[in-house]
Amino acid sequence: MKIEFTPEQLKYKEEFRIFVDTVIIPEADRNDRDEHMCTEIYKKMSEKGYMGSMIPRRYGGLEMDMITLGLLNEEFGRGCSSARSLLTVHGMVALAINKWCVQEQKDYWLPKMASGKVIGAFGLTEPNVGSDAKSVETTAVLDGDYYILNGRKKWITMGQIADLFLIFARCEDKLTAFLVERKSPGFSTKPINGLMGARASMIAEVIMENCRIPKENIVGAVGTGLSHVAMSSLDYGRYTVACGCVGLAQACLVESLRYARKRRQFGQALRKNQLIQKIITEMVVNIEAARLLCLNAGYLKEIGDPDSIMAIWNAKYFASKMAVQVASDAVQIHGANGCCRDYPVERYYRDAKINEIIEGTTQMHEVMIATNAFRSYV
Amino acid sequence: MEEKIIKIKAFLAKFFRKHELQEDEDIFALGFVNSLFAMQLVMFLEKEFGIVIDNKDLDLNNFRTIKAIVAFVDHKLNLAS
Ligand SMILES: Cc1cc2nc3c(=O)[nH]c(=O)nc-3n(C[C@H](O)[C@H](O)[C@H](O)COP(=O)(O)OP(=O)(O)OC[C@H]3O[C@@H](n4cnc5c(N)ncnc54)[C@H](O)[C@@H]3O)c2cc1C
Repeated sequence: MKIEFTPEQLKYKEEFRIFVDTVIIPEADRNDRDEHMCTEIYKKMSEKGYMGSMIPRRYGGLEMDMITLGLLNEEFGRGCSSARSLLTVHGMVALAINKWCVQEQKDYWLPKMASGKVIGAFGLTEPNVGSDAKSVETTAVLDGDYYILNGRKKWITMGQIADLFLIFARCEDKLTAFLVERKSPGFSTKPINGLMGARASMIAEVIMENCRIPKENIVGAVGTGLSHVAMSSLDYGRYTVACGCVGLAQACLVESLRYARKRRQFGQALRKNQLIQKIITEMVVNIEAARLLCLNAGYLKEIGDPDSIMAIWNAKYFASKMAVQVASDAVQIHGANGCCRDYPVERYYRDAKINEIIEGTTQMHEVMIATNAFRSYV
Repeated sequence: MEEKIIKIKAFLAKFFRKHELQEDEDIFALGFVNSLFAMQLVMFLEKEFGIVIDNKDLDLNNFRTIKAIVAFVDHKLNLAS
């Protein structure tokens, strides 16, 4: 066993750090306040090739290994949860196309997605359907050379700006995935504002009223929408969210260290107080534990090990809960200042909570992890 | 052939623990199958036998029995060679 980054991974890590420090962080607060991601961000992400970070080289992507992708998402998570969300959902759609679409679709979409000309969004959740994904109400009916889709999707990250949506619908009463272009007849989106965290995620409701798409836009086969397409996309999504949580928590730690060094009470710096030291210690150790869970999951995913799926559930479960705790502690260390948006921990705290909801809630993780434990360990 | 069956049986045993799966028994009819199983099976077959499963292969009949899985893997390996 050897846990060590390759020289190339280390080079990337440094590149990501600089990019996040110079491009992402300076805009993060404003994006959060405006509930809007400025176009400059994804333009620069595209220029760097990050929109194609997960896409094979033959389609113009960077085809990063899973560890490097983890580092990318960790760094983005450190800077801005909304920008990390863009990487997540765009990647979930690109990877679904790469794995489950016919060659013509791959040749058509993946170069455009790799260059950032086309942005992808993932449409599973509906007004009446969240955790119970198999109960999707949107329908797809074959009509000659077209599928006709009817239904609504809710909370769709990047839904306001995406060009291409991976939509899950009931077809012949079986859950099935489809590629739906924004310009399809009968397709529209409505922005959702007022989110607590990840506020620049450009979230929208998606409305499909007799939305007509070519029948070639099916992804996978009828009935494999959840079992194959959504599961593999969400697997990647969960991994990137988990890594993003590590970055977010790291940002909380750094801010807490700075603050505890500078702030004085009772005639000394906060850092001299042993109760503060305990909080810092728990932050350090829990962040490291989450990071190792992510690295382990990323390694298993890279080598195609079936156990990577559960390793990713474990990592996302631990990392998202950890991020919420660490962000809460960071606010605590900052006192009233932590409750004010002049200090970044206020945003981190709001952003952290979102991670316990997306890509499967904490409770859904508990159901999966416990069920798997009963099956595997005794 | 024999070696493939042993490997596939060992993998499936993780899911069908209290049940000795027969080679022509319908896995899906047994009712234990969930989404996690479907994806783990894809990853297992890809890694173990060095094949790539894509949209053309998404016919449940390819995965319905141990025998069908072996035939499917052989078919993919033949295509590749
Ligand atoms: C910022 C943000 C971005 C999002 N982006 C996307 C996106 O891009 N695409 C997309 O498709 N969706 C997206 N979502 C939606 C997200 O995936 C869902 O919110 C999530 O799956 C949970 O569904 P729900 O909100 O309907 O909660 P519900 O499923 O209604 O659950 C409510 C509560 O009950 C609990 N619960 C439910 N069932 C059980 C059970 N059996 N046992 C124990 N507890 C249970 C849940 O854990 C939760 O705490 C996003 C959400 C947010 C907040």
